[in-house]
Amino acid sequence: MTLAALFAILIGMCLLLVRALLGPTLYDRVLAVNSFGTKTVLVLGLLGFVMGRPDFLDIAILYTLINFVATIAVLKFFRYRSFQVPLVRRPDPAASGGDSNG
Amino acid sequence: MAEFFALLGNTWDVVRFPLGGAACLLGAILCIIGTIGVLRFPDFYTRVHAASITDTSGAGLVLLGMALMAPHWIIVVKVFCIIGFLLLTCATSSHALVNAAHTAGLQPKIGPMARSGHEEDEEDEH
Amino acid sequence: MAYLLGIFFAIFAFWMGNSGHYKPLMLGFAAISFVITLFLCARLKIIDREGAPYVRLFGWLAYYPWLTWEVVKSNWVIIKACLRAELDINPSLVKLKTICKTDLAKVTFANSITMTPGTVTVEIEGDKLLVHGLYEANTQPEAFEEMDRRCARAADPVEKRA
Repeated sequence: MTLAALFAILIGMCLLLVRALLGPTLYDRVLAVNSFGTKTVLVLGLLGFVMGRPDFLDIAILYTLINFVATIAVLKFFRYRSFQVPLVRRPDPAASGGDSNG
Repeated sequence: MAEFFALLGNTWDVVRFPLGGAACLLGAILCIIGTIGVLRFPDFYTRVHAASITDTSGAGLVLLGMALMAPHWIIVVKVFCIIGFLLLTCATSSHALVNAAHTAGLQPKIGPMARSGHEEDEEDEH
Repeated sequence: MAYLLGIFFAIFAFWMGNSGHYKPLMLGFAAISFVITLFLCARLKIIDREGAPYVRLFGWLAYYPWLTWEVVKSNWVIIKACLRAELDINPSLVKLKTICKTDLAKVTFANSITMTPGTVTVEIEGDKLLVHGLYEANTQPEAFEEMDRRCARAADPVEKRA
């Protein structure tokens, strides 16, 4: 049954790739890639159980965190075209000098 | 009393594997349903809702099934770490996505829509 | 000092729960990485009330089971919407006003709205939230009042509650 679940999630990943390839806007693609990463975590865990080596869960934990950081980094890059800009809620006119290092 | 608990433990050891497998399978099917929603829905903001099925109930059920099948308590701890991280980060990253799209000026479609999703998709391309 | 101990306890539990090896060599590595992590925390200046939120623990323990049930209920609605042959969705944007006072309570509220399938927080400005929902009937401002109240009870300190 675990194997069936593994294949079901793999089918879901293939369908998500369709959305990532023909998504009309950039954000559709980022959404598809983010969801793809969540499914990758599940596949890693299930693969560990299928192969009888649940140590794969360590990699899955790491992948969860990396997936989040990657999504935020991609969004930040497409907003500011740079990784150097500090993430603030809204530009404060009093502290506008702090943005100049971007 | 001790015999009763021993019997309970034995029954639990027999029952938890089919139960965990069923939870994994159900969660995987929910993942596919969420993906179908991502493919069908007409615009970006509605697709985020469909993707959040995968993130909450699909991933939650698959990981709970893994926790039921775990051979050692360490695995259970790791699975619950993954559940916690996944719930926190998925909500935050979908908010970041929607906020970025809204700031960039992508307008959501408002109001009832009854046509099938595929026709809308083709209109959307630009 | 209490906050430092709180962070140390969290790191300790995370290592012991994830490592599974309790030989002296591994415990030595654990001690080294505790020291490095605590040093980095001190350098990031996050050893404070937010870094070790044990005061809020009981409020959150009461809040999250209720949230789980809400998530399950709204999941069912979205699953039906995904599988229906004809799309009958009715997306809408709603402006909400929250009664939460602190940033932590607002973040909890906005994250709960986002985590519930069918509603996504688009923007937070002061105490106003912009929410995008899949069904207009489920996204009226009255539908969020109970969640708002529970968030305020879980995460706002007592003296700031309305």
